[in-house]
Amino acid sequence: MSMYAEVILDYYRHPRNYGKLNHPQIVSHDMNTSCGDEITMQVEVKDNMVADIRFSGKGCAISQAAASMLTEHVMGLSLGEVAKLNKETMLKLVPIDISPMRLKCALLGFKVLKLGVIKALDRGENHEN
Amino acid sequence: MKKVVMGANVFRKDFPFFARKLVYLDTAATSQKPRVVLDAMRKFYEISNANVHRGVYGLADEATQLYEGARKTIARFINASPQEIVFVRNATEGINLVAQAWGRANIKKGETILITQMEHHSNIVPWQLLVKEKGANLLVATITKAGELDVLAFEKLLEKKPKLVAFTHVSNVLGTVNPVKELTALAHKAGAKVLVDACQSIAHMHVDVRNLNCDFLVFSGHKLYGPFVGVLYGKKKLLEEMPPFLCGGDMIKEVSFEKSSWNELPWKFEAGTPDVAGAVGLAAAVFYLEGIGLANVERQEVELVEYAFKKLQKIKAVQIYGPKTRAGVISFNLGDMHAHDVSTVLDEQGVCVRSGHHCAQPLMGVLGIPACARISIGVYTTKEDIDKFLAALQKAKKVFRL
Repeated sequence: MSMYAEVILDYYRHPRNYGKLNHPQIVSHDMNTSCGDEITMQVEVKDNMVADIRFSGKGCAISQAAASMLTEHVMGLSLGEVAKLNKETMLKLVPIDISPMRLKCALLGFKVLKLGVIKALDRGENHEN
Repeated sequence: MKKVVMGANVFRKDFPFFARKLVYLDTAATSQKPRVVLDAMRKFYEISNANVHRGVYGLADEATQLYEGARKTIARFINASPQEIVFVRNATEGINLVAQAWGRANIKKGETILITQMEHHSNIVPWQLLVKEKGANLLVATITKAGELDVLAFEKLLEKKPKLVAFTHVSNVLGTVNPVKELTALAHKAGAKVLVDACQSIAHMHVDVRNLNCDFLVFSGHKLYGPFVGVLYGKKKLLEEMPPFLCGGDMIKEVSFEKSSWNELPWKFEAGTPDVAGAVGLAAAVFYLEGIGLANVERQEVELVEYAFKKLQKIKAVQIYGPKTRAGVISFNLGDMHAHDVSTVLDEQGVCVRSGHHCAQPLMGVLGIPACARISIGVYTTKEDIDKFLAALQKAKKVFRL
């Protein structure tokens, strides 16, 4: 299947959960310097769960659509569950065959969110200490 | 000499690669290789393979003759003497050699090196490290809105009396052809040495180092229809004065545990066993190109680039970067599509184009874009290739609703 299946273009042109939150507890950002893709993830945490999430950024269709799909997937999950998400699960969310050269595009949002959540969990543990 | 017929490409059949039905428009990254190059390398390995400059048996001499013969061919090709031709891994290594060997011995605290905004990373980073180490300064000459070097700004910066001026002959992004001879004369008048990056010119136009009068010139063999080797040219006097770069075997005259002395030029700069088959293959590539004639290559390519440029210009969503007069490459963006998306949609239709920052991130900053797509051509590129690319681009437009 083409990497530009209708579903990818739809998420690219009309991204779900795009924007910023008023009071996010988690803000995480990163970019693929080689292509200029960048993504910021913001998460509102309630009872250790993803109560709300937004992403923003710019870049190729794959990076932006994949990030958008990820936000839908993690809504309502616990931070622990998000921290445990693996690459395979992420790629299953994106229903296209991604060429090896474009994997890092598809994984950028995932990397940003996961790192942000893991850092938040670490901070949480530190507070408890 | 083969006759060049308008519209037909008589050279494509010389390249076995095109048995693959791909539209290959990334020659600026690396060229495909003609059969004669592949044959020359295979023949070397099958018949003449031995280490060079070492054994006294006949076969070792044969390999040495082939290697040194290749050096002579390349010297003749750019109008240098064989002593002035150093084989390196690639152009990047050639620039690093100059930065490390010449630069460390000659650049002092507070002194200046001048480059331009259109340089490839390979002609930026080695100088950055050098000026950092020496407490020297790196100045950057600007480009105009049209994508040409701002010669007035360049001359203004020459008033700072740089020790070295390093610039590209042809921009790998903009296709801009710099007036190397004039810039070199200006730099010399200001007392600077000149290094020219000829990676994007060497296969597309006649490059004569005596005529250009540059002090150093680098190019990569693989962009010249040859294998993955590089060449550094340096004026004999400069190379003689320079300390070695890499050291070890072959580059020495005499070694004791206390000290060593250096081999003669050019071997002083070729430590260890060189890529002998690579040099042999590159010489075959030079013969191949000389057989066509650089003037014929240039005529055919200029016509093709003009054709592609005009057609691209007519597509509303296309933004082209760089001047109208250019060599070999056209960089562009399509609407608000990311260049990687453009490239991937084209790839899905069998069209290979480069996308990204083209190892020129600072230039992307100057152009105000994160990336762009680029087509680049060679002697084997046909009008049909360009037409297929344009059709694929129309499809991309449709996919992304532009």
